[in-house]
Amino acid sequence: MLTGTATYVDDIKMPNMLYAAMVRSPHAAANIRSVDISKAAAHPGVMAVYTGVDIKDVGAIVCGVELPGMRKPHHTVIATDRVYLVGHIVAVVVAKDRYVAADAADLVEVDYDVLDAVGGPEQALAEGAPAVHPQWADNIAFKFEQKGGDTDAAFASADVICKQRMISQRMVANPMETRGCVASWHAADRALTIYTSTQIPHLARTILAGMLGLDENRLRLIAPEVGGGFGCKLNVYPEEAIVSFAAMKLGVPVKWIETRRENFLSTIQGRGHVDYWEIAAKRDGTIVGVKVKIIQDLGAYFQLLTPAIPTLSVLMMPGLYNARNIHAEIVGVFTNCVPTDAVRGAGRPEATYGIERMVDVLAAELKMDPAEIRFKNFVAADQFPFATATGLNYDSGDYANTFTKALDTIGYKKLREEQATARKQGRLVGIGISTYGEICAMGPSPAVAAGGWESATVKVEPSGKVTILTGISPHGQGEETTFAQIAGDELGVPIDDVLVLHGDTSIVQYGIGTFGSRGTAVGGTAVYLALQDIKEKVIRWGSMLLDSNDVRFEGGMCIDNASGKSVSIQTIAAAAYRAMKIPTHSEPGLVATRFWEPGNFTYPFGAHIIHSEIDPKTGQVEIKRYVMVDDIGNILNPMIVDGQLHGGASWGLGQALWEHAIYDDAGQLVTGEFMDYAMARARMMPWIESSHTCTPSPVNPLGVKGVGEAGTIGSTPAMVNSVVDALAPLGVTHVDMPLTPEKLWRIISASQPEAN
Amino acid sequence: MIPNTFEYTAPLTLKVALALIGEGGKPLAGGMSLIPMMKLRMAAPEHLVDIGRIAELNYIREAGGELHIGANATHYDVESSPLIVGKCPLLAETAGHIGDIQVRNRGTLGGSVAHADPSADYPAALQALEAKIVLTSATSQRTVAVGDFFIDTFTTSLEPGELVTEVIVPVEAGLTGTSYQKFLQPASGFAIVGVAARIRREAGKITVARIGVTGVSGNSYRALKAEAALVGKAGSDAEIDAAAALVGEGVEAGADLHASAEYRLHLAANYAERAIRVALSRTA
Repeated sequence: MLTGTATYVDDIKMPNMLYAAMVRSPHAAANIRSVDISKAAAHPGVMAVYTGVDIKDVGAIVCGVELPGMRKPHHTVIATDRVYLVGHIVAVVVAKDRYVAADAADLVEVDYDVLDAVGGPEQALAEGAPAVHPQWADNIAFKFEQKGGDTDAAFASADVICKQRMISQRMVANPMETRGCVASWHAADRALTIYTSTQIPHLARTILAGMLGLDENRLRLIAPEVGGGFGCKLNVYPEEAIVSFAAMKLGVPVKWIETRRENFLSTIQGRGHVDYWEIAAKRDGTIVGVKVKIIQDLGAYFQLLTPAIPTLSVLMMPGLYNARNIHAEIVGVFTNCVPTDAVRGAGRPEATYGIERMVDVLAAELKMDPAEIRFKNFVAADQFPFATATGLNYDSGDYANTFTKALDTIGYKKLREEQATARKQGRLVGIGISTYGEICAMGPSPAVAAGGWESATVKVEPSGKVTILTGISPHGQGEETTFAQIAGDELGVPIDDVLVLHGDTSIVQYGIGTFGSRGTAVGGTAVYLALQDIKEKVIRWGSMLLDSNDVRFEGGMCIDNASGKSVSIQTIAAAAYRAMKIPTHSEPGLVATRFWEPGNFTYPFGAHIIHSEIDPKTGQVEIKRYVMVDDIGNILNPMIVDGQLHGGASWGLGQALWEHAIYDDAGQLVTGEFMDYAMARARMMPWIESSHTCTPSPVNPLGVKGVGEAGTIGSTPAMVNSVVDALAPLGVTHVDMPLTPEKLWRIISASQPEAN
Repeated sequence: MIPNTFEYTAPLTLKVALALIGEGGKPLAGGMSLIPMMKLRMAAPEHLVDIGRIAELNYIREAGGELHIGANATHYDVESSPLIVGKCPLLAETAGHIGDIQVRNRGTLGGSVAHADPSADYPAALQALEAKIVLTSATSQRTVAVGDFFIDTFTTSLEPGELVTEVIVPVEAGLTGTSYQKFLQPASGFAIVGVAARIRREAGKITVARIGVTGVSGNSYRALKAEAALVGKAGSDAEIDAAAALVGEGVEAGADLHASAEYRLHLAANYAERAIRVALSRTA
C-alpha cells in the first residue's frame, strides 16, 4: 500500500469497461410516483439505465439471521414503489466513464411523494411515530429475551440497585478504501467474474450466485487488496448485484466505486443502542444481578447480520464478573436510516460499555473504589472454564492478575492521591478503568450464521517453496505474515519461502472469511493442522529416503536418529513430486487440506486505565496517560498485535470523544462527510503504554485468542469512566457519548457557575 | 464526489489568467475548498483557470516596511518562510494551524483569502495585522484594507474579473508581541474560534492592541472594544480578563453542529484571554 503497487478494486481496468453510477433517494421516506429515465438514457455516452422494474428478477438482499417472530423486510436491490432511507437506490446509470455516468444520474427524474420519517430508535417507538414499513405500524422488528438464574429473587435480595440509561451512538465504519466492484460476464462459459472489496469472498459468492440465479461454481469472486473493512464489508450489498446484472445484460465489464459520500449514506453503520441498565448488589459490593433493556436501531432493512448484533451484546453483558442472574430484553426497531450491522466489536462494545459503566455507577453509589469492586466480583482464576449466566463458557483467564499489572503500571494508589490533591485545587482530574472481556474466534458453527469453521490448504511445491491457501480473507490484519511465520516455524523453512493466497474463490477452497477476531485463531489453526499433516507425510518420505524407521523432523530436515544423516524438506518435496519411488501408505505430492471446527469461542480480556483532565473553561478533555494490558493468549507477532490493539483503541476513543453518525428527524445524516464526522486523527491520539499478560487459550493448538476488536472494546468505557470520574465532585454519575467539549462545559458551568 | 463537466486552463502568465478570469473563468489555486465543493456538486464552475503555475504570483519579499506575499504562497511557505517567521511571526504561526500537512502543502494564502470561509484561520491574523489585499483585473489594480475586503460568509469585495494577487502585512516593530490561539473543530480542522492578538507594550504600558477574531460569526472581525480596553493598561490578569470578555460583545455568533452560539462566545472570550496573555509575554 505504501509503495502504491498493491491492486485494489479501483486499480482494475478491463477492455471496454463501463462505469455505473447509482441514482439515490434524497429522502428518507417517500413513495415513488414515477421514475423517468428518458433524459438520462439519451445523454451521450450512456449505455443503459435500469430501474427497479428492470432488475426485478434479481433476488432481494440476504439476511443470515432468524430470530423467533422476527419481521424481515423484503429489500430489493433497487427500489420500485417506495424508498426507506436516504441513499436508497432508485436507478443505475451505466456509461462510458465515471463522469458521464454521474452527469446522467443527475438527469434521472424521480417524482417522490415525501413521507414523514423516523430518525432514531426511540423516535420509532414514540406514540404516533410514522411507520417505517407501512405493514408494521409499531416499527418493532422483533423482541428478544434471555434470562439466566433468577433475577427477580436476586434483585429482591439486593441492598442496592442502580439504574442508568445510556446510549451507544451510531458510528460509521469508515475503511480507508470505500466499497467497489467490477463485474465481467463470460458469455461463452455462462460465467461471471466479480472483483469486490469484501471480507467474505466465499460467502459473498454463494449469496450473489443465489441473487443472480447463477450456478455457484460459475461465479468467480475475487477480493483483491482490500483497504480495511471493520465489519462493513462483511456483507453483500445491492450494488454488487446491480453491477453484476448490468455486466450480464451488456456483455461488457462494469465497474462501480463507492464515493465517500455514498459510503457515509449507504454502507452499514455500527452501534445505535439506547440501553436501560440495572445492577443489583450487596452492601459489600457483591454483584447479584444485572438487567438490560436494549433498544436497537436496526435501520430500514436488514443486511447480513443486522438483527444478530444486539444478541451478542446480551451474551457479553456479565463482563468479567460472577453475575449469576441476568435478564436481557431487546427491542429491535426499524428507522429510516442505513442498517446497523457488525462494526468493529459488533455488540460487545455496547455491552462492555454498559457493564463497565454500571460497575462504576455502583461503586460510586457504595462509595467504593472502582478497582476494589472489580476485584471483588471477578471470575477467579480457578473457576475456568467458567459457564456464564448467558450461556457462554469462558475458556481461560486470570482477570485479577492482568488488572493488577495495569494498576501497577499506572501507579494507581499514587495517582488516586494526586487526584485528591488536584481536586482540592478545583481541578477536574479523572481515572477511568475498564476491565473488559470479549468473544473472539467466531466461532463454533452452530453459533455463527453460515458456519464458523475455517479451511486451509498447504502445498509444498516441488522446489520446496510453500503455498498456503486460506479461507479467511485478510484485509489489513497481516495474516500473510502471521501464517508465513506459522509455516516457517512448523516446516523449518524461511518465511520468505512461504506465500499466503486468499480471497479468490477459484483458487482457494471454500472458507468463511475474516471477521469476529477469527483470522488467526480459527484460520491459523486450520493452517497449523494442515502443516501437521504435511509434517507427517514429510516424515514418511524422509524415512524412505534415509532408509530408516527412526527419523525426526527438525529445522526443515528429516534426520535419522541412528546415523545422524539428514535430508531437507526441499529434497523431500522434489522426490515426492518426481515419485520415482513412493513410501508405503503414501502418495505423490506434498499437499494437505484441513477444515477446522472450533469447539468454543475464545475469550480475551484486559484492563485499560485512562488518566485524564478536563479544562473547566472549555470542557476539553486531555488524556494524560493511557495504560492498556491485554491478554489475548499467545502472541505470534507482537508488532501486528500491538497495531491491532492501538488501532482498536483509536476507534474506542473516537466513539467516546468525537464520533457520531447523527440523523435528524427527517432521517438525513447530518454528519455525512469528513468535514463534520470527527473520526480520530493521528494528532488526537495519546501515547499508549501497552503491555500484555498471557493465558493461552485451550480452544486451539496455537493458544491464541484474537485481537482485532479488543482495543475497541476496552478503550471506550475507560475513557468515559475517566471523564465521569473527573466530574464526580460535581455530582455527575453519567454522561452520554461522545464527550464533546461543549457538552462537558455545560455540565461544568451548570454545577459551578462561579467558574465561568 | 464526481464533479460536473468543466473546462480547464492552466496559464503560465498572470496576463493570460486575468483575461480568462475576465471572461468568467473561475480561479483555481490550491483547490482545498473549491475542489471538494465541486465534487459534492455544490459548485459547478464552467471554466477553471488554474493559477498554480503562474510563477509571478509566487514570492515573498520585503519592501517599504511591509511584507508582500504573492497569492500563490502555500500555507507551508507562509509557515516556514524565514522572512515571515522573523518579521511577521503572527502570520506564520497562524498558517501552521491550518488543516493538516497535506492541506498546508497545497492550499495557498490567496486562495484562502478569496474563499472567505468564516472559520478559516488567516482572517483573524490578517485583521489583527491590518493587512492589505491587492486585487488585480485585466484592466486595473487596487489595494483594499482587510476590514473592507471581508464582507460576509464566502463574500468579499472582489469584483467580477478580479483576482487576489498579493497580501501585504506589516513588518513588526520591536516591542510587539503576537499570538494566534485556536479551538479547532475536530473533524474539519477549521477554527470553531480563532483569536489573533497583536500587542505593543512600551515602558510598561500597552500602546497598540489589535485583536482579530475568526469562527465566531459569519465574518472575521476586529474586536475594537477589547482593543480599546487594553490600551494604556499594563496588562494585569484582571485587565486581560476584562478586555477578553469584550471580544464577542455585540457580535451575532453563529451556531452549528459543532458549537452553539453561546459556547462560541464563551470560547471567544477564553481564547482571546489566551491570545492576549501569550502576545504580552512575547512583547519583551
